[in-house]
Amino acid sequence: MSVAALRLNGLRKNFGRTEIIRGVDLEIAPGERHAIIGPNGAGKSTLFHLISARMPVSAGSIELKGESVIGLKPFEINRKGLSRSFQITNIFHNLSVFENLRCSVLWSLGYRYSFWHRLAGLKDARQRAEAVMEDIGLSSRRDTPAGILSYAEQRALEIGITIASGADVILLDEPTAGMSNSESEDAVALIRRVTEGKTLVMVEHDMGVVFGLADRISVLVYGEIIATDTPAAIRNNAAVQEAYLGTHPALVEES
Amino acid sequence: MSSHIAEIFFRRSRLALWGGGLAIAIVLPLLFKSGFVTSLLCQMGIMVIFALSYNMLLGQTGLLSFGHAVYYGLGAFVSMHAMNLIGKSGGSVTIALLPIVGAVAGLIGGVVLGYVTTKKAGTTFAMISLGIGELVAASALMFPGFFGGEGGISGNRVIPKSSFLGMTWGPQMEVYWLIVAWAFIAAIAMFALTQTPLGRMANAVRDNPERAEFVGYDTQRVRYLMLILSGLFAGIAGSLNAINYEIVTAEALDSHTSGAVLLMTFVGGIGFFYGPIIGAILVTIMQIVIGGLTKAWLMYFGLFFLFMVLMAPGGIASVIAIQRNLWLAGLFGRMVPHYLAAAGPILLTVAGLVGLIEMTYALLAGEGVGAGDAATEVLGAELHLNSPGPWLAALAITLVGVVLLRWVGRRTGSAWNAALAELHGDKA
Repeated sequence: MSVAALRLNGLRKNFGRTEIIRGVDLEIAPGERHAIIGPNGAGKSTLFHLISARMPVSAGSIELKGESVIGLKPFEINRKGLSRSFQITNIFHNLSVFENLRCSVLWSLGYRYSFWHRLAGLKDARQRAEAVMEDIGLSSRRDTPAGILSYAEQRALEIGITIASGADVILLDEPTAGMSNSESEDAVALIRRVTEGKTLVMVEHDMGVVFGLADRISVLVYGEIIATDTPAAIRNNAAVQEAYLGTHPALVEES
Repeated sequence: MSSHIAEIFFRRSRLALWGGGLAIAIVLPLLFKSGFVTSLLCQMGIMVIFALSYNMLLGQTGLLSFGHAVYYGLGAFVSMHAMNLIGKSGGSVTIALLPIVGAVAGLIGGVVLGYVTTKKAGTTFAMISLGIGELVAASALMFPGFFGGEGGISGNRVIPKSSFLGMTWGPQMEVYWLIVAWAFIAAIAMFALTQTPLGRMANAVRDNPERAEFVGYDTQRVRYLMLILSGLFAGIAGSLNAINYEIVTAEALDSHTSGAVLLMTFVGGIGFFYGPIIGAILVTIMQIVIGGLTKAWLMYFGLFFLFMVLMAPGGIASVIAIQRNLWLAGLFGRMVPHYLAAAGPILLTVAGLVGLIEMTYALLAGEGVGAGDAATEVLGAELHLNSPGPWLAALAITLVGVVLLRWVGRRTGSAWNAALAELHGDKA
C-alpha cells in the first residue's frame, strides 16, 4: 500500500491547562475525500490549524506524504504540497480576482521572490490563474477587487486560492459556511471538480455536503476522534448518534 | 480580448505620461532661467526619488517606517566621502556615477538594519524603525570622524579632469540634468519593480500576510527584500543630495527627514505609484516657496496635512483618480460648476486665515508690540497690529468664507454623492 497522504499520531494541543485536541490518530490515503464532522467546539478548526502549522503542536506527530512536518512554518508546509482554505474568508482584499489567483501560483511555478521577471511576461502564471478563474466561475469578475465581491464569490475565490498552486493535499475549512442551499450545491460541484485526483480533507457542518462528497468521515468530539468510517457506517454508529442527538437532526433523520 | 486592447491602451497612455513628465522636467528650467527655480527643481527631483522609495514600504508593502532617512543619510554621507576621495585622487571617476555609491550604501544599510526591522510587521515594525532611526542619528554625533559632528562634512563636486560629456558639474543646471537623469532611471526601475513577482507579493503581504504564508511565501523575506531595495533607492536620493548641496549634516538621517518623507508620500497618495511624485513636488514647493515668504510655513503645512488626512485620506492622487473616473463616465462636466462655486468661498476662508495667522506671527515675533501704532508689514501690506481694524477685517473675511462654504458645500456634497453613486452604479 502506498504511503498515507496525511498521518496524524497522538496529536495534542492545549492552551494552558485546557486540552483542545486530546490525542488524535488519523490516516488519510492519497486521493481520499475525507470529512471531519463534530459538534461546535469539538476542535475541528484547531486540528486544521495544527496540520497547516498555523498553530504549534503540543505533542504528537504529523506526517505529510510520509515526511514529518512538525516545526515547519506555514509556507514550508505549503511548498511541500499542502494547501488550506479558511473558515473566515482570507483573501487579498485590494487585489483583483486575477491578481489573487496569480499570487497563489507564483511560488509553485518557481518565480519565488524574483524582481527580474515581468509579471505580464509570465505566460504560465497567467494561464494557470485564468484556468482556475474559469474553474471557480469568476472569469467575468477578473478585474474586480476581491474585497467588493459578493460573499459567495469570495468563498469561491477562497477555494480558488487554495487549489491554484496545484497542491495535492487540500484542506477546506467549512467551504459552504453561510451559503444558501443552491449556493451550497454549486460549491459541492465546484469542490468535486477542482479536487479531482487530489487528497481532500474538509471540515463541514452541512451534512448534505458531507454525505455528498466524502469517501470516509471522522467524527471529532471534545478533541477526540470517536469514529472514522464510511458515510453509511457513520450514519448507523450508535456513539455518533449519541454525540449528535439534538444538535444535528439531519443526521438522525437521514439514517 | 477587450482586456488585451485595454492593456495596450494603458501601456500607450503610461508611455505618454512618462514622456510628458520628462518633457516638463526638461522645459521648466529653460523656461524660467532663474537660479531659484533651478535649485527648487533640483530639490524636487531628489525628493521624488526619496518619496517613491519610501512608498515601496508604506504603499506597496504596508510598512509604516519612521526611520527611512537612515538609508537616505547613509547614501549621502558615503557619497560625500567618495566625492572627497575622487577629489584627492585627482578625478579618476566622474561625479555622475556617485549615486551608484549611494545606492550601494543604502543597500548595505538595508541588508544590515532591515534584517532587524523587518522581523515583524505592523506596529512592531514602526516602533523598531523609529528606534533604529534614533540609534543611527545618535551615533552620527558620536562618530564625528565619519559623520563630521555638528557641522557635517562638505566637499567639492567640481573636480578637474573628472568632467563627463563636457559637464564639469559646476553650474547648478548641470547638476539638475544629472538629477533628472537619475530620477528617471530610479523612477522607471521602481515602477518596473511593481510589475514583478516580488512587487506583487509585497502587495499580497500588505493586504493579508497570513494568506501570503499559506500560498508559499515567507512574508518576512518579502518585507526584508522590499526594504533592502527601498534602501537602495533612498541611497541614490541621498547621494544626489550630497552632490547638490556639497554638504551633508546629521540632519540628513534624523527623524525630521524621516517625518518629512512620510508626510510627502502620504499627502501625495500611497495607493498610487505616482502619488509620492505629486507629494514630493508639492511639499517641496510649499517648503521653499511658502517657506521663503513667511515664517509661519510649518503652520500652513500642518493645517494642509490635517485637511488632507481628514478630507482626502487617499492623498492627492486619489482625488485625481476619482476625477478621472468621473471624466471617463462623462460625469465630470456636471461637477465643474460646483467646483467653481466652491472656489470663491475657499479662497475667502484661506485668505482670512492667512491674515489672522500672519498677524499673530508678526505680533508674537514682537514686531508690532511696543512700537505703539507703528505699521507692520504683513505679506507686503502695511498693517497696524495694535488697532482692531485689521483683526476684525481678517476675522470677518474668514467668517464670511466659512458661512458661504457651508452653504455651497452642502450642494456640492450632494451633487458629489449623486455623481459617485451613478459612477459606482455604472460599474456594478
